[in-house]
Amino acid sequence: MNTLELARKIRLHAVKMTSRGGSSHVGAVLSMADIVAVLYGSVLNVNPADPNMKNRDRFILSKGHAGAGIYAALAESGFFPVKMLRDHFQDGSKLSGHVSHKGIPGVEFSTGSLGHGLSVGTGMAYSARLLDREHRVFVLMSDGECDEGSNWEAILFAAHHRLENLVVIVDFNKIQSLAPVSETLALEPFADKWKSFGWNVVEVDGHDHDALQEVLVGATPEKPTCVLAHTTKGKGVSFMENSVLWHYRTARGEELSAALAELEEVA
Amino acid sequence: MRDRFIERLTRMAEQDPRIVLITGDLGFGVLNEYQERFPKQFINAGVAEQNMTGIAAGLALEGHIVYTYSIANFVFMRCLEQIRNDAAYHDCNVNVVSVGGGFSYGALGISHHATEDLAIMRSLPGLTVVAPGDDWEAAEATEAIASKSGTTYLRLDKSSAGNTQKGDETFELGKIRTLREGQDCTLISTGGILAETLAAADELNRKGLSCRVLSVHTLKPLDVNTLILAARETKGIITIEEHTVEAGLGSAVAENLMEAGVMPLYFQRIGLRNTFSSVVGSQQYLRSHYNMDRDSIIVAVESMPSKNSTPATTKMVA
Repeated sequence: MNTLELARKIRLHAVKMTSRGGSSHVGAVLSMADIVAVLYGSVLNVNPADPNMKNRDRFILSKGHAGAGIYAALAESGFFPVKMLRDHFQDGSKLSGHVSHKGIPGVEFSTGSLGHGLSVGTGMAYSARLLDREHRVFVLMSDGECDEGSNWEAILFAAHHRLENLVVIVDFNKIQSLAPVSETLALEPFADKWKSFGWNVVEVDGHDHDALQEVLVGATPEKPTCVLAHTTKGKGVSFMENSVLWHYRTARGEELSAALAELEEVA
Repeated sequence: MRDRFIERLTRMAEQDPRIVLITGDLGFGVLNEYQERFPKQFINAGVAEQNMTGIAAGLALEGHIVYTYSIANFVFMRCLEQIRNDAAYHDCNVNVVSVGGGFSYGALGISHHATEDLAIMRSLPGLTVVAPGDDWEAAEATEAIASKSGTTYLRLDKSSAGNTQKGDETFELGKIRTLREGQDCTLISTGGILAETLAAADELNRKGLSCRVLSVHTLKPLDVNTLILAARETKGIITIEEHTVEAGLGSAVAENLMEAGVMPLYFQRIGLRNTFSSVVGSQQYLRSHYNMDRDSIIVAVESMPSKNSTPATTKMVA
C-alpha cells in the first residue's frame, strides 16, 4: 500500500471508529494522518512479524488522544487484524481512546496525558547511544501539547546531550482544545524557540508526503531534529477542517455519510 | 542511609552495566565518586524532575535498571504523573530514591518535609514502597529492588537505627523484621524513626513492660501475617511513622487487620495529624514537638488502657 492510500485508510478508520464509539478527537487524527502514513509506510524500520525486534525504530505518539490513528496505521500495516478496529472504545475492548500498549502489538508506549512522550523518547534515544545502537526515536506531538513545561525540560536535555537520533514531529495544526493556539498560549515564533534551544528545525507541509519523507529520512548530524509539520486540523473532510468543534464532535448520520463520501468510501 | 545507599549502588554498578543513576541536580559531595567512576551510568538531568522521570522510564524500557535521585518530595511529587503513567503502568524498573524522609531536613521548612510520600506512593498500583529503618536495611534494600520487576519508591532517612542486623540475617523485601520480642504491646515502625521506637522499647523493658518491635521496611507489599500475629499475641498495637497518619503505615496496618477480621486489643497511630509544620527545628526537635519521639512513645505505651482490655474497649485516638 502506498502512503497516500494508507493515509486515506487511516482517515476512513478514524471517522468510523470515532463514530461507532462516540469518541472525540477525530480532527486530531485527520490532522496527523499523512505524517503517520509516511512514518509507517516508508520511514520507520518496524516489522509486524516481530513487533519487539531489537533494532526497530521507536515511535511514540505523545498526543495520545489521537490513538485511533495509530491503531488504524498498525492494523493496516499488519500488526493486528483490521477487524479489531471495530472494537475501539467499546466495552471490554483493548483499544482505548488514548493510545495504550497493553495487548496491542506495535504500540511502543501508552500516552494520554500530554507532555510525557518526549521525555520517554529522549530516554530511549539516550539509551540507544549508550548501547551503540543505530535505530532512531520518533516522537509525534501536538502543538497545544507544547504548553506543557515538561517538554521544555526534555528539549533542553536532548539538545545538551546532542541526541541526533531523536526526531520530534509537531503536528502544527494551530488549533487546540478550546480555541486557536494563537489565542490560547501563543507559540510563535515557534521555530525560533526550538532553534534557540539548540535543535535542528525543519518546516514542512504536513500533508505533502514527498516532503515529509525527505525530512524524516534525512540524517541530522549532532543535533536532535524538530520537524514542524504545518497541518490542517480535520484535513480531508471539508466541514471538519480548521474547526475547534471537530476536536470533540463525533460524526453521525448525514455528517458521517458526507465524511465517508469525501474520503471516497463506497457506501 | 544515604551513604550506605551510594556505597551499595557503586558496588552494583561495577558489576552490572545496566545500572543508571539519574539525579535531579542534587547529591553534592555524595555522588561525585560514583559519577567519576561510572560516567556512562550517571546522568544529571538538571533541576527537572518530570523529564528526569520520563527519561528513567525510557531507559528502563530499553533494559536499564534506573535509580532516580533527589531530596525529599522533589523526586516523586512534581513528577507523580510520570511515575504513575510512564514508569508504573509500563512496569519499568525505575527506583525512585528520596533522600530525606519525614523531618530529615527539618529546619529547611515544609517544602522539604516528606510527610505524605508513603501515602501517595502506596496508592499507586504495582509500586513497591520501601522505608528502611536502619543502615543495614537501607543498603540491602538498595540492592534488592534492582532485581525485581516494576517501579519502587525508596525513602532514605537522615536518621537511622544504626545497624540492627542479627547475626547472619538475610534481608527479604516485603518481610517485616521482628527486632524485639514482647507481649505487652507491639510497636510497629517504618523508616528511620525506628531509632526512637527501639529506644522507647528498651526503656519500657527496663520499666517492666515488654514491647515487640516490628520494622516495616517494606510498606507495600505489606507482610500482613506478621501483623496478624502481633494483634493476636500482644495486648495492643501502636504504629510509629514520621509521616501523616492518613494513608501511611498506621492506616495500612488498620486496613489489613480489619480486613483479616483481627481486632487488636488496643490501637493507636503515632504520626503527624493533618499538619504542615511551620515550626522550625531539627528532625529531633520536630519529632519531640509532634509527639513521635522516644519519650512520646513511652507515654503512649504507659497510657494504654488496662492490660485486661477486651476488643470492645479498643480505643480510637483523635
